[in-house]
Amino acid sequence: MVRPIIQISNLMKTYKLGGETVHALNNVSLEIEKGEFLAIIGPSGSGKSTLMNMIGCLDRPNAGKYLLDGKDIGKMNDNQLATIRNQKIGFIFQNFNLLTKLTALENVELPMLYRGVPAKERRERALAGLSKVGLKERAGHLPTQLSGGQQQRVAIARALVGNPAILLADEPTGALDSKTSKEILQVMKELNELGHTIVLITHDLAIAKEARRMVSIQDGQLQENGGELIGNFAIY
Amino acid sequence: MNSLGILQSIKMALRSIQSNKLRSALTMLGMIIGVSSVIVLVSIAQGSAKNVTSQINQLGTNLLTINTFGTDLTLTEDKINVLSKLNGVKALSPVVSGRVNVKKDRTTSQVTLTGTNADYSKVRDTKVSNGRFINDLDIEYRQKIAVIGSETASTFFGAENPVGHYIQIEGTSFKVVGVLVSKGSSLGQSGDNVVIVPLSTGQRLVKSTSINQVYLQGKSEDQMDFVMNEVEMAMASMYPGKSDSYSVTNQQDIMDTMSSVSSTMTMMLGGIASISLLVGGIGIMNIMLVSVSERTKEIGIRKAIGAKRRDVLLQFLIEAVVLSGVGGLIGILAGVGIGKILSSILSLTVSFTSSVMLLSFLFSLAVGVVFGVFPANKASKLNPIQALRYE
Ligand SMILES: Nc1ncnc2c1ncn2[C@@H]1O[C@H](COP(=O)(O)OP(=O)(O)OP(=O)(O)O)[C@@H](O)[C@H]1O
Ligand SMILES: [Mg+2]
Repeated sequence: MVRPIIQISNLMKTYKLGGETVHALNNVSLEIEKGEFLAIIGPSGSGKSTLMNMIGCLDRPNAGKYLLDGKDIGKMNDNQLATIRNQKIGFIFQNFNLLTKLTALENVELPMLYRGVPAKERRERALAGLSKVGLKERAGHLPTQLSGGQQQRVAIARALVGNPAILLADEPTGALDSKTSKEILQVMKELNELGHTIVLITHDLAIAKEARRMVSIQDGQLQENGGELIGNFAIY
Repeated sequence: MNSLGILQSIKMALRSIQSNKLRSALTMLGMIIGVSSVIVLVSIAQGSAKNVTSQINQLGTNLLTINTFGTDLTLTEDKINVLSKLNGVKALSPVVSGRVNVKKDRTTSQVTLTGTNADYSKVRDTKVSNGRFINDLDIEYRQKIAVIGSETASTFFGAENPVGHYIQIEGTSFKVVGVLVSKGSSLGQSGDNVVIVPLSTGQRLVKSTSINQVYLQGKSEDQMDFVMNEVEMAMASMYPGKSDSYSVTNQQDIMDTMSSVSSTMTMMLGGIASISLLVGGIGIMNIMLVSVSERTKEIGIRKAIGAKRRDVLLQFLIEAVVLSGVGGLIGILAGVGIGKILSSILSLTVSFTSSVMLLSFLFSLAVGVVFGVFPANKASKLNPIQALRYE
């Protein structure tokens, strides 16, 4: 049997605010196979972004174990984590997170910049990435000169350009209308068919249903198949 | 491998400096003012030092001077002969001097008169551009001939050649036999408005036989201390107990004093100006700190995408160094420009040395590194999650 690309067991993340402790992640265990399309659904404040940050090696848990490709993330230093983020993970953030002073093309080039890809190759690959999301003509535009959907597509191109094994998308369609949302979802489905592992975070059940597998999270606790969120007592 | 090249980092730094032109210019202003004031002040100090040195050298090389004061001591010809026979003395020239009225046709002028011998030309490095200098026969026969300075020549003769013509000195007619090469004014004395006559004639013109100055030229530069000793001992034995009435000075001593004064001045001015460089550096640090907190989000995004600590550190450090380095370059240009303008307006001698320019440029780079490290380190240590949350 093939080992899952992501193996998370008993992950804990707590925040202390004043006297209160918030369990952003409470004993979360999750395995994701290579090539899977997983949707994580949950209400606001349930811990979705926190979980994504853990999977994306941006944040460290208080307790629990995380193996990525069989390697223990907890034992790695900051520089090793930066390398993993750069090579294995593509982020699509809820609020785009493009660099406002760089053009669309330069934004897409950024991950390759930190990988030491030569300028010419970088440019070619970035242009190819932009045309894949239909924005080749907008390569020289600044993010402020692009619509929300276009910005998100630039962010997708940036996440994909390094050809990462895992694509993490935190409510990529949260700020977009339903038509653009569908387009973006379509792009992600195509990527999944090409073999990328995709983790899609959303609070929109319709979008989550497009994924091949769905887990739900509530108050930091994870349940398979959407759990009680979509049963009789569903909030959806 | 797997990291940002230095060239790419410089490009990135230039981009970010460009995208904030006004702020970058204001930040650089500190460095520009610092570097240019170092260059202006140091080059003025060095220019005046050079000036003084060349003026002193103009007075003659390997020179000793005996000056007498008061009337209880008279240097007579036989005593001077004793001095001229000393071992280390190559040449010697006694001098009587005074101010005299010179007249030609309707032009009258006060001129410095020097009565001396033929060796004066050698000892004081005084050359004629036209005609000849005084010779020994002139002295012996009390010839009424004169060698005049270039300024005196133009006062009385304009563009005409004075050699062979006559001037009236204190009512007596003198034939001009030579014109001196211009020396410019040296240490406040015009060296060109002079009349040089034979010693014997000169004594009669100033109505005194007392020689108030003797110039001695040593044989070589490294013997000057020895010659000085010799002369002092000879003077002491000739005039026992009268050491207060005369002085023996070595030109090298004056030169050493002058150069130590001017190097102290250079250091002081340079030091004062370096303080403004330091202030410029603190300005850079301030702006970089503001820039780091303003760009927290950018740093977060870069880190999320895979920038290592080193990449972020280098980015901000290079930005600081580029700011200070470009500021330093502009400062050098501004300093040279201001120095040139000052030298033409105030007729100061300024001397630009490439070592001062290079040094102040390197110093400005170093200021960029020193004051850039703190903000850059702060940026590189940001936690990516917190940085991403920052608005
Ligand atoms: N830095 C922090 N300090 C304190 N509490 C935090 C911090 N980050 C997250 N939390 C808390 O952890 C819980 C989970 O937050 P998280 O951002 O993961 O929610 P989410 O599911 O992504 O919500 P949303 O759908 O609104 O984005 C929340 O209750 C939040 O208040
Ligand atoms: Mg969230």
